[in-house]
Amino acid sequence: MTAAVTGARPDVPTRLAADDLDLLLLIRHFELALLDMFGRGELHGTTHTCLGQEYVPVALRPLLTDGDHVFSNHRGHGHYLARFADPHGLLAEVMGRQGAVCHGVGGSQHILRDRYLSTGVQGESVPVAAGVALHLNRAEPGHLALVHLGDGTWGEGAVYEGLNMAALWGLPLLLVVEHNGIAQSTPTDAQLAGSIEGRARAFGVDHTLVTATDTALVRAALAPVLRRVREESRPAVVELRTHRVGPHSKGDDSRTPEEIAYAKAHDWYARYAEAYPEQFAAHDERQRAYLAEVVREVAGRPASVWEEADRG
Amino acid sequence: MAERVVENLNQALHALLADDPRLYLLGEDLADPYGGAFKVTRGLSSRWPDRVLSTPLSEGGIVGVAGGLALAGQRAIVEIMFSDFVALAFDQILNFASKSTAMYGRRVPMPLVVRCPTGGNRGYGPTHSQSPQKHFVGIPGLDLYEVSPFHDNQTVLGGMLATGRPGLLFEDKVLYTGRMYADGVVDELFRYDLLDGDVARIWVDDPEQSDCVLVVPGGLAVRAVAVARELLLRDDIVCQVLVPSRLWPLHAAALLPAVARAGRLVVAEESTTGGTWGAELAHAVHTALWGTLRAPVRLVHSADSVIPTAAHLERTVLVQNTDIHRAVKEVVRGA
Ligand SMILES: Cc1ncc(C[n+]2csc(CCOP(=O)(O)OP(=O)(O)O)c2C)c(N)n1
Repeated sequence: MTAAVTGARPDVPTRLAADDLDLLLLIRHFELALLDMFGRGELHGTTHTCLGQEYVPVALRPLLTDGDHVFSNHRGHGHYLARFADPHGLLAEVMGRQGAVCHGVGGSQHILRDRYLSTGVQGESVPVAAGVALHLNRAEPGHLALVHLGDGTWGEGAVYEGLNMAALWGLPLLLVVEHNGIAQSTPTDAQLAGSIEGRARAFGVDHTLVTATDTALVRAALAPVLRRVREESRPAVVELRTHRVGPHSKGDDSRTPEEIAYAKAHDWYARYAEAYPEQFAAHDERQRAYLAEVVREVAGRPASVWEEADRG
Repeated sequence: MAERVVENLNQALHALLADDPRLYLLGEDLADPYGGAFKVTRGLSSRWPDRVLSTPLSEGGIVGVAGGLALAGQRAIVEIMFSDFVALAFDQILNFASKSTAMYGRRVPMPLVVRCPTGGNRGYGPTHSQSPQKHFVGIPGLDLYEVSPFHDNQTVLGGMLATGRPGLLFEDKVLYTGRMYADGVVDELFRYDLLDGDVARIWVDDPEQSDCVLVVPGGLAVRAVAVARELLLRDDIVCQVLVPSRLWPLHAAALLPAVARAGRLVVAEESTTGGTWGAELAHAVHTALWGTLRAPVRLVHSADSVIPTAAHLERTVLVQNTDIHRAVKEVVRGA
C-alpha cells in the first residue's frame, strides 16, 4: 500500500506550538554553530548537519515513547536533540569535552544513550534494528524500532536483508527515509534505479510518501503509520521528500547554485519566518542566544576522559 | 566410547538454550527435520521453536539481527553454513558487534557467537573449504575460539557468551564426526590435561619434558596427535601438543613455559600462508623467549592457493601430516 501526503498549501505553514518551534530552532542553531566552529578551525574531524531536515525528528517526537528504539545515522544531531533535548552532551561529544554522551569516543556519528544508537556505516543498522524489533515483538509488544536512513543508503544490501526478515517475521520496524535527493555528491537519479516505493512494495511492506515539510502535516501523516507498526506488528517504510540545505559535511557542496537555491527555497526556516514573523523572531533569537551560551560553556570544559574500564 | 564432536556441540546447544531463556539460535536451514547442513542443530527448533530460527540466506543480516538481540539484552548464537560465507557478515562483525563493545565510550555487552564450520578435506572445493580465522585475528573487541576434541563445547560456548564480547567459533568439518577425548586419556601412550582451563596439553610420559612443542588450533588436534605418535615411534622424538581453545587474544602465557623448556616450537594450522594466526604466535614467542629458543619458531600451513576440489589436488594444497612431521623433525634435528 502506498499513501501520499502532500503539503496542500506549501506557502503557508501550520502555526506551531512553542515547544515544536523551539526544538526546530534548537536543532537549526546547533547545526549552524557547528559549521561556524568548523569554519573557525575550532572543531576536529567532521560532521554532517541536518539543516533543512530538522522537522523530521521534531514531527516524530510525540509519536515515540521511551520504550521505542531509535537508530540514527551520520546525519543524526537532530534525531538526538529531539529525543533528549541535550545540546550540552552532544556538543561535548563532538568537541571531546567533559559531559560528552560517549566520552568523546564516538563523536558526531556514534552515539549510544538508552534506546538511541547511531553509527557511521550506512545500512548496517537495519538488520540490527530488526533484531531489536524481534525482541520487542515478544517481550514488549507495542514498542517499535525506528531507523533513520537516507535515499543513498538504499544502495546497501543490508537494508534489504533486514527488511526481508522484518516482513517475514512480522516485526515492528519502521524505516524513515529522509530522501533529500542526493547522497554526498551523487544525485538520487544517478544511484537509485526504480523507486523506494517499488522496493518496499516488493517485500509487501507499506510505503508512505510524505512531500510536506510542514512539521504538523508530517506528523499527521506519520501518526497512523506508527500506530499500524505498533498495533499490527509489521514493518513500514515512510519516505519523506526533504531538502538538504547545507553541505554534505562541512563545506563539500557539489551542487549547482541553482540546485542549492532550490533546496533553500524549500527550507522550512525561511518560510516559517515569513509566515509568522513575530512568533518566529522571538523564538529564533532565544534559541540562537541559548546555543551561543551552550557553545561558550562547553568550550570552556576540560577534555573528556576515557577510563580504562570503559574501553570494552 | 566418548560422544562424537557433533553430538557434543548439539548437546551443548540444548543445554545452553535450556538454561537461558534469553538465548537465540539463528542460521540457514537449521530447523528440524533438516537440523542444519552438518546436523549440529538437530532437535533444537522442535524444543524451542520461538528461539531457534531458520533464516533467509542473509549472513550479514543474520549477524546484524544477532547484534540487535544482544543490544536488547538477549544473547545469540549464529550458525554460518560454511565459514567461507562469514565474509558476507564481516561488516556486522567488524564494524558493529566488535566496535560497539567500546566505541560508545563505555563497555557495552555484546553476547553473541558466530559458529563457523571450517576447513577442507571434504572435497567441497574453493568456496566451501576455507580456514578464514586469519582474517579475524587482531580485531579489537572480538574473540576467536576453535572447537577441539579436548574442550567441552558447553563450557566453551557458555564461556564465550559470558564474556559479553562477540566471538567466532571455528568448527573443523572433519572433526564433527570424530570423537571427543575423555578422562585425560588420548590413547595407550598419550595423556592430556587442561592448562588455565583453556589450553589442552597432550604429552607422553612426563608433561614437563619434550623435545619440541607443537601448537595447533582444535581443528588440527587429531592430526597433531597422530604426528606426535609417529614422531615418537619412528623417530624417537618427544613432541608435546598444545591446543588452545581460544585463538585470540593469544593465550601466550599458558603456552610459554612448555616452549621455554623445550626451546623449540612448531605452529601448524590449515590456513593458507600469509598473515596467519601462527605468525602472531611466533612473534609473541620470539619476543618473550628470544634468548631461550634453540631454533626459530617454525610455521606450517597450507599452500598459497585456492583449495581445489579433487582429492588428489586438495592434498597438494592443504597442510598434510607429513608436512608437520617433517617440520618438527627438522626443528629438532636441525636439518
Ligand atoms: C557503508 C558506507 N559507505 C559509505 C559511507 C560514506 N558516506 C557517508 S554519508 C554518505 C551518503 C549517504 O547518502 P544518503 O543515504 O542519501 O544520506 P544523506 O547523506 O543524504 O543524508 C556516504 C557515501 C558510509 N558512511 N558508509
